[in-house]
Amino acid sequence: MIDLSLLSDGGMGWLDASGPHSDLVLSTRIRLARNLAGRVFGVRNSAGEREEILTEVRAAAEDVEPLDHAMLIRLDQLPQLDRQLLHERHLVSKDIAGLDPASRVRAGSALLVQNDIGVMVNEQDHLRLQGLKSGFALEAAYDGVNDADSELGQRLAFAFHPEFGYLTSCPTNVGTGLRASVLIHLPGLVLTKEISKVLQGLSQVGLTFRGLYGEGSEVVGNYFQLSNQTTLGKSEFDLLDHLGKMVQQVITYEEQARQVLLRDAPSVIEDKVWRAYGLLRYARSLSFEETMNLLSGVRLGVGLSLVPGLSLYALNKLLVHTQPAHLMASDGPGEVSGVEVAIRRAAYVRQTLEEEAGRAA
Amino acid sequence: MNCQQCGEREAVVHLTQIVDNEVSTVHLCERCAAERGIESDVELEKSPLGSLLATVGKEVGAGLPETETAGLGHLRCEDCGATLQDFRDIGRLGCPLCYTTFVRPLRELLRRLHGSTHHLGERYAAPGSPALRDAEAQVRDLREQLERAIETENFERAAEVRDQLRALE
Ligand SMILES: [Zn+2]
Ligand SMILES: [Zn+2]
Repeated sequence: MIDLSLLSDGGMGWLDASGPHSDLVLSTRIRLARNLAGRVFGVRNSAGEREEILTEVRAAAEDVEPLDHAMLIRLDQLPQLDRQLLHERHLVSKDIAGLDPASRVRAGSALLVQNDIGVMVNEQDHLRLQGLKSGFALEAAYDGVNDADSELGQRLAFAFHPEFGYLTSCPTNVGTGLRASVLIHLPGLVLTKEISKVLQGLSQVGLTFRGLYGEGSEVVGNYFQLSNQTTLGKSEFDLLDHLGKMVQQVITYEEQARQVLLRDAPSVIEDKVWRAYGLLRYARSLSFEETMNLLSGVRLGVGLSLVPGLSLYALNKLLVHTQPAHLMASDGPGEVSGVEVAIRRAAYVRQTLEEEAGRAA
Repeated sequence: MNCQQCGEREAVVHLTQIVDNEVSTVHLCERCAAERGIESDVELEKSPLGSLLATVGKEVGAGLPETETAGLGHLRCEDCGATLQDFRDIGRLGCPLCYTTFVRPLRELLRRLHGSTHHLGERYAAPGSPALRDAEAQVRDLREQLERAIETENFERAAEVRDQLRALE
């Protein structure tokens, strides 16, 4: 197995729930797409060119403080399970990890990662810089990734056009190349059936949303990723400012919805929360989707102070470590059946909740 | 829930939009969402991008004399060899020079995707390249562009240029 032990929480420092509003917002992610000037984009380049690009980027990264001790992970030399695991940690995209059934991992695909900054090399763009922070922290996430970008941009020549800005392989990313995503938990709005109104409002102001950990499915466990839809025609500041204001608004709506629930149906909510907790604590087999939904109920309970002694850190870890690749990898290599994964999932959840209860007692 | 566009794949993107003052939510799979320019992780290299892309370069022709559009189909990027048809097929450009080669059809597409064609963010100068033109020259250039936009009643463009000017001044 790939050894990520040198990285804080295996490359997921955001799990510690130290950021603002981290009961509602799990993480804030900023991604910048960059390409090298005078080089053919990833769709058309050869294995040799991809290797050269990786060498160039590695050399530049060594001189750049935010990346000078970066760990290099060559995706093209990793087995599928490891690549899937990195994807489940949000460290690499499905594309670069070659997880689509129709595709495979391409030569030169790599990840450089140091603290909460990552650089995917040879994705559809030559570089995809990523900054990940705990909680609702657009500014902090941008500062980190912007530093890395500015410094790399002094050592590498990025493709930049006076009219179109940073040039990207897909025209949906051109301009700033910036995509900011806030991963937010909105059970209150879902339970009060306000969610579609809120999401409609968001798309009218140029934001999109999608589910999390989709496994190809729709929104699971009431986790939503809100992001900017366009990258061109607004400054980085305006894009972030706009998204930030809208997310702030959504947080307020969610908090109001929770107050309504507590006021109008306190016993129903309390029962729902504890049933979810009970199932997670004692079930012997759990599907991914059921786990996500139950964790959502328990997280709501923690947010409403109904469930004492359970940390957000533990809940965040449960979200990540109950995904398929994490469970398959948990007991060494080898084929694992779906039944076995569901059993392992339940065991992992049970153990975590027992430890939390023991710690609290 | 299945994708409302292709009806085949699982819908993972839920997009609300307003068409003719009607609000509707469309549920799309990653592929169809990407066709509409929505961010997606899925690899699109082998799939045609469909509706939006299929029209790239076509409406550029509308209202223009034929001499202006005749060459479009035969344009080939000098650096990477990509044609407009390649772009339509895979939804990806081949290299930075493609943006110059296909500038006219791209402007049209960018307007539809982003509601704008002009980068207003950070300016970048590559190491070793001549420094960015000084602000004064930039302002002069933008003023000219503004005048031209107003003359041609391209008010959207005029507003963009005004924003750029404001950012500089
Ligand atoms: Zn579809
Ligand atoms: Zn080209």
